[in-house]
Amino acid sequence: MKKQDIQIYDVIVIGAGHAACEAGLIASRMGMNTVMFCTDIDSVAMMPCNPSIGGTGKGHLVKEIDALGGQMGINTDKTFIQSKMLNTSKGAAVHSSRAQADKHRYHEEMLTTINNQQGLELKVEEITDLILDRRDNISAENSATVNGVITANGNEYYSKAVIICTGTFLGGKIFIGDNVKVSGPADLTPSTELSKNLYSLGLPLRRFKTGTPARMLRDSLDYSKMKEQKGDEKIVPFSFMNEGKKYDIDQISCWLSYTNEETHKIILDNIEKSAMYSGNIVGVGPRYCPSIEDKVSRFRDRKRHQLFVEPEGLDTDWMYIQGMSSSLPENVQHDFYSTIPGLENATIVKPAYAIEYDCIDPTSLKPSLESKLINNLFCAGQFNGSSGYEEAASQGLIAGINAVRKIREENPLVLRRDQSYIGVLIDDLVTKGTNEPYRIMTSRAEYRLLLRQDNADRRLTGIGYEYGSVSEERYRKYIEKKEKVDREIERLKHKGTDRNTFYELLKRPEFSYDDLAEFDDETRPELTETEKTEVEVEIKYEGYIRKQIIEVEKLKKLEEKILSEDIDYNSIGGLRLEARQKLSKIRPITLGQASRISGVSPADINVLLIWLEKERRNKNTCS
Amino acid sequence: MLYNIGVTTDIIVYEEIIMAETITAISTALGEGGIGIVRVSGPSSKDVMRILMNNRIENIEARHAYLGKVYNSDNSVIDEAIFIFYASPASYTGEDMLEIQAHGSNISLKEILNRVLDCGVKDIRMADPGEFTKIAFMNGKMDLSQAEAVIDIIKAKTDLSLEIAEGQREGRLGAAIKEIRDNLLNVLAEMAVNIDYPDEDIEQYEYDGLINKLRWVLSDVDQLLDTASIGRIAREGIKIAIVGKPNVGKSSLMNALLGEGRVIVTDIPGTTRDTVEETASLGGIPIVLVDTAGLRETDDKVEKIGIQRTEHAIAAADMIMLVIDGSKEIEDEDDEILNYIGNINGDSIIVVINKSDLGNKVDENKVIEKMPGATVVTTSLVGKDVIESARKVSEVIGNKIDTGYIKTGNNNIVSNERHIKMLKNADMNINESIEMLQNGDPIEVAELSARYAYDNLGQIIGEDVGEDVINAVFSKFCLGK
Repeated sequence: MKKQDIQIYDVIVIGAGHAACEAGLIASRMGMNTVMFCTDIDSVAMMPCNPSIGGTGKGHLVKEIDALGGQMGINTDKTFIQSKMLNTSKGAAVHSSRAQADKHRYHEEMLTTINNQQGLELKVEEITDLILDRRDNISAENSATVNGVITANGNEYYSKAVIICTGTFLGGKIFIGDNVKVSGPADLTPSTELSKNLYSLGLPLRRFKTGTPARMLRDSLDYSKMKEQKGDEKIVPFSFMNEGKKYDIDQISCWLSYTNEETHKIILDNIEKSAMYSGNIVGVGPRYCPSIEDKVSRFRDRKRHQLFVEPEGLDTDWMYIQGMSSSLPENVQHDFYSTIPGLENATIVKPAYAIEYDCIDPTSLKPSLESKLINNLFCAGQFNGSSGYEEAASQGLIAGINAVRKIREENPLVLRRDQSYIGVLIDDLVTKGTNEPYRIMTSRAEYRLLLRQDNADRRLTGIGYEYGSVSEERYRKYIEKKEKVDREIERLKHKGTDRNTFYELLKRPEFSYDDLAEFDDETRPELTETEKTEVEVEIKYEGYIRKQIIEVEKLKKLEEKILSEDIDYNSIGGLRLEARQKLSKIRPITLGQASRISGVSPADINVLLIWLEKERRNKNTCS
Repeated sequence: MLYNIGVTTDIIVYEEIIMAETITAISTALGEGGIGIVRVSGPSSKDVMRILMNNRIENIEARHAYLGKVYNSDNSVIDEAIFIFYASPASYTGEDMLEIQAHGSNISLKEILNRVLDCGVKDIRMADPGEFTKIAFMNGKMDLSQAEAVIDIIKAKTDLSLEIAEGQREGRLGAAIKEIRDNLLNVLAEMAVNIDYPDEDIEQYEYDGLINKLRWVLSDVDQLLDTASIGRIAREGIKIAIVGKPNVGKSSLMNALLGEGRVIVTDIPGTTRDTVEETASLGGIPIVLVDTAGLRETDDKVEKIGIQRTEHAIAAADMIMLVIDGSKEIEDEDDEILNYIGNINGDSIIVVINKSDLGNKVDENKVIEKMPGATVVTTSLVGKDVIESARKVSEVIGNKIDTGYIKTGNNNIVSNERHIKMLKNADMNINESIEMLQNGDPIEVAELSARYAYDNLGQIIGEDVGEDVINAVFSKFCLGK
């Protein structure tokens, strides 16, 4: 093949999914000349699985992405067709936003955002290899630096950093019963050459698997037999930029139905035909996203399983059958789906399938999401072993920010576990690794009371501003909100009824912020829903929040102790063998991260503490 | 390249939180007579002294020896002691410090330690192994050349406590803790699944149900805590059966322990032909040593009675000391005894391999294999070796009592103060969780306290929360899209 012109960029992003979009947008917004590559234009911000954004933990991620200057929240607010706040019967810390997305409009909106973004290009070309520069062999550990990519057409593109966000496209293989084909999600072109070449560069790749349920024609379903699930009347947008904005849209409903014993019988009678059971699939699937055959065979005493019928958008007739992913053959799928009330005469436009793909062992990444093996190569999204649009977008944003900072020789943005769900997500991935596609859950966050949706901006916008990802406009808006909330908390301490201040009243479980309005005077400010929540929560749960802050402070001492990248752990006497091996592999950047590696004991941490102090004093006496 | 970890967030902080913790431990070796010291280091040291002395000193002067009584919370007196307060930075650790020098008895030292831990000052906890030394080093109280030595101290002390934790995991306390933890985990999973999967078709939790389940867990913790009283050991003593075939040195061992001075004969309640009992005191803890006849299978009627008595003595014992002649290969008769006591938990067995002066033909590892969790000690009970051997054995007994979970009669006793403290923390956190649910506080707040309790219990057996809750959620509930 003839070599084409050589082109030079600052940042190259491989992929155009949720991770890639955030990475490309933020890199270009931070002033980098950036290009994104995809194998198909339809893959831009595509949702190959459920048509929704947010949910428990995931809603928190979207708010955090937004607080740091990312795009997911803004574009969801522009295109959603139903909005819901989950967990409202529980405390504010676990209130989670979820929106039904319009798949097509979300894709279109992101495409527009990318096209309008200065310094960002989108190219449809398959990347087959990385270009490495092995001359600058300064550090022994990292033998190479990436400085470009090669496409299937033989084109070479050079850059200072490359971000891999290949999602489920890399080495993608689709399974429907016995039927196996090489493919990306939604029948799009997979990326085949690249994984071979990444493997030969020494990157630790492995196979993961996930699945998606069938799609059905809207008019073929009988809605009278299902239960309607409406959106919330009060809509709280994802983006802090849209706070206080009124949303006047006709929300689309979802529908609830249940499987029954007949469904289960058909599934169990045909279980050996499932690709998951026949042994065709070698990849590891996620426990939280089991196929219907998995649910039925593992929980045999359950008489029914619920499923949600969700519209995929306004301009499409496709309905998504949530809760019913499967890798059984098409005819069996047809048989069991038609036993379900409302689905008796359903037309399946696309059967359920399982997909297997290549991804990297994330413990081979630094907390900045840069590869430990190849300098300036960043990785994000499903390629890192995560699952979910929101998890992908979070990593894409951080990888994008850190690619820019690496190019500028600035320190990377590493968020702590007590600061964000994004910090929890990335720390879990790079420190502990994962044996299944990783999904965020509020149970994974130790400091759940601090990590709320309502205060995501308070936690992160200042940091984003300092690290260059947050615009002046967003930062100003945030400062205004912050001051408004602080002022109001202060005011409530001084106003009140004859007996109590409002502050005291709010501490009682039976009073909400809204309840105070009728006793209040003209000094009461206009607050948005999020602001009200923040005021209320900060006062109501002050005691618990303070308790968590104490825990954080204890942890912080260890987080502030930096471990440099070139420590020879084998030379430190007193470390146990297992600890030496694990520390050498993970190369934690702080003592806090080291303490979270399984196999590193508190005694090993103490040994490291003493060793660090010794090194510090040695250095002082030398200089 | 340096990583900036100190990125700051704007979380509202209501007042300055003083972070420094105060730590405490018994800092003299166990079972040594004379004087014992309880050490306290950290900002609350002075307050601890004030509280323990019942506010009897107006202005506490640093480096001044105060003689006074150590008061319990109910104003009863634990002991008389010398209190010395050291002001930062002129102390061993460089922090404010308190030394309480009391009588060397284990019981009174443990009671003082418990009093310090429970005296109500903020952020006080048991010191980690080697922590006083570590703080001293970090505060520049030791020079660089001592760094390796500091690491060695931490390592040695930690290895010991790790060994103990390993033993716990297999032992009776481990089993008890594990059961409580499993029950608590079920409640946690129920709470977690409802938080993370609000849409799922799962039976919605009800606060009353959760409260009831937590109460069950709490009552199990309380039951363990009830046995944690040091005073109980003092009252009932600990019964140790010495078993082994004839002529392995059982009597010599008993005499050595009684005669060596650390164990003092206080009473001779009676001897029988087949078992000899001696009551003694080890570091203040009453010990009943029972010398037994063999266990060899026989048709001889008289011998059979002897064997029965031995079996009774073993059943009634809190601890078993098996003596083996180390100069000979293990014989069938040794094996019979090993097999007989093999089903008793290893954490209450000490194997004494005797006659090391005549060579050693017994493989320690093989013995351990048969009785996991048992402690092995090698002795020689002739000539001048007697004193050293007796010292070694009494130290092992002392360690077992100090760190173990001892069965006295039908009761189990938690005798280690770190474990007691962890149980108390678990108790407090479960109570808090119940209280929150009763108040109608949000589920995720109550879940956190229950999770802390789960962590407290895990620390006793050296396990952390990790992915336990998430794993339990997925194994118990059917979830997912």
